[in-house]
Amino acid sequence: MALNYTKKTINHFLKPQNIGRLNDPDGYAQIGNMVCGDQLDFFLKVEKGKIKDVKFLSFGCASNIATASILTEKVKGLTVAQAKKYNWQKVVKELGGLPDQKVHCSVMAVQGLQKAIDDYEKKNKIIKKPVVAARKQAAVKKK
Amino acid sequence: MQVYLDNAATTRLEPKVLAKMKPYLTAKYANASSIHLPGQEAFLALSEARQRVARLIGGEAENIVFTSGATEANNLVIKGVARANRSADRNKIIISALEHPCVRESALELEREGFKVEFIPADSEGIIRPAALEKLIDKNTILVSVMAVNNEIGTIQDIAALAKIAHHHGAYFHSDAVQAVPYLKLDVKKLGLDFMTLSAHKFYGPKGVGLAYINRKIKLRPLIVGGGQEDGYRAGTYNLPGIIGLAAALELVYQDRGAYLKKASALRDYFWKKIKQEIPEVRLNGSKTKRVPANLNIMFGYIEGEAILMDLSSKGIYVSTGSACSATNLKASNVLMAIGLDKNFLNSNIRFSLGRYNTKEEIDYAVKHLKDTVKRLRSFSPIDIK
Repeated sequence: MALNYTKKTINHFLKPQNIGRLNDPDGYAQIGNMVCGDQLDFFLKVEKGKIKDVKFLSFGCASNIATASILTEKVKGLTVAQAKKYNWQKVVKELGGLPDQKVHCSVMAVQGLQKAIDDYEKKNKIIKKPVVAARKQAAVKKK
Repeated sequence: MQVYLDNAATTRLEPKVLAKMKPYLTAKYANASSIHLPGQEAFLALSEARQRVARLIGGEAENIVFTSGATEANNLVIKGVARANRSADRNKIIISALEHPCVRESALELEREGFKVEFIPADSEGIIRPAALEKLIDKNTILVSVMAVNNEIGTIQDIAALAKIAHHHGAYFHSDAVQAVPYLKLDVKKLGLDFMTLSAHKFYGPKGVGLAYINRKIKLRPLIVGGGQEDGYRAGTYNLPGIIGLAAALELVYQDRGAYLKKASALRDYFWKKIKQEIPEVRLNGSKTKRVPANLNIMFGYIEGEAILMDLSSKGIYVSTGSACSATNLKASNVLMAIGLDKNFLNSNIRFSLGRYNTKEEIDYAVKHLKDTVKRLRSFSPIDIK
């Protein structure tokens, strides 16, 4: 099996950060589904334009869990604007690399978080351009 | 503690088998095709191994073609028989929906060459019903291929009945019996098989050696040409240590068959009973009764298979999702789709495959940790757990 996860990825999988739900989240989003084999739910609390708290739930493989774990760890405390700029390449880099066939996990985690931010902005009428669509385009261009 | 529960992926080389192989890796290294004395001695050892294997599978020694493994053997039979027996009308190949990728991909390659390929559907228990073959077969069918035992869910097919139907319509019959050793008595004549394929590393032999049992009366176009070894059916220097190992391993597992089957059944039943006791929302995939005693393929609701595998792996428990071969392509299992498993559950399955070295202590250890693994992963699953 050619799935060589880094030690950091394994650590995040075995001891994921920011696991769970948030009651009355300011932003919430679900991405993926059971049929595709991975799903993430993100919960956000925003205070004074900053990500005060973020949590997630996962139905997914080791890298699905690990990428969401490191992403939430990294964006907690950032401004919403900064969090929106946190891309999947940074997630992969932070984990010390991901097997090729697992890179999509990092893309999905980032998209899920962006979707939760979109939800927050929509609820608070801070709608500008839809972030998820822009991210998707960027990901396609990269390939 | 390390618990290896992935014996359907591969097995540990049995020390007694290694002991028999050793001389052929060291002192007796001559090429079995050489004319000189050590070469002739090597050829004699090869012939003896061939005879032994033939006796064990109830066939003729001259019908055995040693290969690099079952993938090659299955490629040889499927493509070799189809290509050599094709005519304007006769161009159909039928395989079951449960076949290993090496059979399925061989058939799909033939489809690209213009052959008509049909798949026999499985029922929800993972059984290929003879009536389902009857519906597809006709006089234009060259070959029917149905595996004896499925690699993922361990279900046993009635290959004798299926072979009979194939022959009744003038088609040849092949069975990939890789997962059937030593669970079934593989008597090629009694079963009515024209072709049968095996791989040594699935039964405590070495990796890199397998065989195709062939019916010499049926035309077969070789895949690998060269120095004319294996009577022209498969060129390449004889892998004598491997072949000696294959023969020794096959002999050994059939000698120990009765005791092993008893032990494996008891251990597997105990394992399943404990899992059901300790872990809610689990389900067995495939028939309970028509399956080999070493296999458990279990659906764990609300969590993903690879996560279970990786978590268990960190605790020294080694299992697989679906089949090990698909671990890198990350697609849902064809077999579980073929038995009609709910789409929502296709990614939540683990195959446990027992072997001759597993103990009750290992099963207890595995259950204890499996319980924790499932509990942990379910604790943060977004799926509403009833």
